[in-house]
Amino acid sequence: MDIATLSSQLLIGLSRGMIFFIVAAGLTLIFGVLRITNFAHGSLYMLGAFAAYSVSTSLGHGHYGFWLALLVAPIAVMILSLIIERGLLRFIYNRDHLTQMLLTYSLVLITGDAVKIIWGSEYKSINIPEGLRGSISIWGASLPLYNAFLLLIGPLVALGLWLFLSKTHLGKICRATATDREMVDILGINSTRVFALVFALGGWLAGLGGTLIAPTTTVSMGMDANILIYAFLIVVIGGLGNIWGALISSIIIGMGEAIGVLLIPSVSIILPYMIAGILLIFRPSGLLKSVW
Amino acid sequence: MSVNTESSLKTTNRKIHNLLGLGLALIGILILLIVPTLIPPYYSYLLATIFTTALLATSLNLVLGYGGLLHLHHGVFYGIGAYTVAIILTKTSWPFALAVILGPILSAALAFVIGWFCVRLRGLYFGMLTLALGQLVWAIVYRWNALTNGDNGIHAIPVPDFLTSISSVYYTTLLVLLVSLLILSKITKSPFGLTLLAARDNPVRSESLGINVKQHRLIAFVIAGFFAGVAGVLFVLLERSVAPSLLFWNKSAEILIMCLMGGLTVFLGPTLGAAILVLLSMIVGLYTEYWLLVLGLLLLILVLFLPQGILGYICEKIKGRRQRGGSLDASN
Repeated sequence: MDIATLSSQLLIGLSRGMIFFIVAAGLTLIFGVLRITNFAHGSLYMLGAFAAYSVSTSLGHGHYGFWLALLVAPIAVMILSLIIERGLLRFIYNRDHLTQMLLTYSLVLITGDAVKIIWGSEYKSINIPEGLRGSISIWGASLPLYNAFLLLIGPLVALGLWLFLSKTHLGKICRATATDREMVDILGINSTRVFALVFALGGWLAGLGGTLIAPTTTVSMGMDANILIYAFLIVVIGGLGNIWGALISSIIIGMGEAIGVLLIPSVSIILPYMIAGILLIFRPSGLLKSVW
Repeated sequence: MSVNTESSLKTTNRKIHNLLGLGLALIGILILLIVPTLIPPYYSYLLATIFTTALLATSLNLVLGYGGLLHLHHGVFYGIGAYTVAIILTKTSWPFALAVILGPILSAALAFVIGWFCVRLRGLYFGMLTLALGQLVWAIVYRWNALTNGDNGIHAIPVPDFLTSISSVYYTTLLVLLVSLLILSKITKSPFGLTLLAARDNPVRSESLGINVKQHRLIAFVIAGFFAGVAGVLFVLLERSVAPSLLFWNKSAEILIMCLMGGLTVFLGPTLGAAILVLLSMIVGLYTEYWLLVLGLLLLILVLFLPQGILGYICEKIKGRRQRGGSLDASN
């Protein structure tokens, strides 16, 4: 195996890691601020992918289909998240982990079948948008242009989240709520509104992840379960609620998976779990400091 | 004097309650013994499925309800028990009895390994590590084609002649369930079980009393893994096939739902939950393919309105009435 194959595989892994990061960032935000284990996060991701499919095919697979989907689908998922938070989640903030988990798990079951009813169970796909087809070469390693696009989007999202959390008033309230909810309440800030905002933002990120993955794979039932486990592992490895931890562990998992595919294809499916298991055994509280 | 009579009254009361419970249990068992001769074989199969699932759910509850640990991936031990038997029976010429014994033992051994890492963690981290390690086991089973036949699973597993009829499988699963429930119930009432409860309710105080909390949790984890393995063996007897989906995490979520539905605080809660879920999935399956949608809605209602589970709710009511009755007596 030459260096070019290895590095192009690594770059592809990195770009997959970016999608993992976008999804996991939403999950870890929700973990950190709401203290809720959101099993429905994978379902929101799947809904994002299906919504993107609907939007882009309604425009007849045209040039603008994907770009419009990129705008509309995450927002649609965000609105649904807001409804879920206001309609259901806010009633169980004081319950134990198991109850909260199972509530969000019930949403997994419901959306799974709802997607089957609405979109049918056959595989669907979205074309890669016109301008992003083909591949480019980076230091001799060839990389599909779409993956290069993902490599650009990931840091952009990270930057946006950083700006939001550290530079805006609202973001600071979010971080304060994650650190000490009681104190925020005492200061007269309506923390449940912050919860709604964060859950909506998390939903938007899940929807964005789903939209971005859609052109690279088949849009199908079952994509919720796969991403959910990955996102959970990433969030826990990174340290619950820590966005930068999520970024690091997304890259580790994405690259690990890519290297696995290259070296020993038959065990590549095992590798992410193995990495996660080993990291959790040696650093049970995550790579970076958890906000809990 | 009056205190004495009162306490003796209480003990007689308790004795009567115990006798009543024993009587009810005996009647129930008697009915279950007679039932297969009266109903079509399919229903015997259904009941045997319930017995198997009930054992699985009850074993989880030892860790979840009594241990207070967020065990998210119990299905792994079920699957390993089933796969061990399946592999031994199809790939080796080892005796059947050995396969049946090795299934639960391997499950318990795996539970020891996974539990050894997990019990050092608390709360959500415990849950996430069980999930990660459990998924690792699933991925290995899914990928190890040479041994497990991968995605396809193992089918047409040969079982001895005396276990080929549905009624013999029915009685086997019933017997194993009853014996296992008896043992598990003894464990929960033993000093070990009570210590486990204490460690659940106040781990810090228990530690300072000199209790080795981690050790107790690990032992509970291994016992639960063992009985999940027993359930896995029963599954093979019943279905004569295994598939990797047994070890995927949504199977484990299903077991969690059963526990929650019946009630985590009552010993027989998971059994009731298992019975309800198995029956419902059968009935709903007759009318629609959207069983998971129904299950989701049911779970939603359960979590929002009946978080203590069905048996948990009933027991709360009974206890509440008894207490109210008691306080009335005292005022007299």
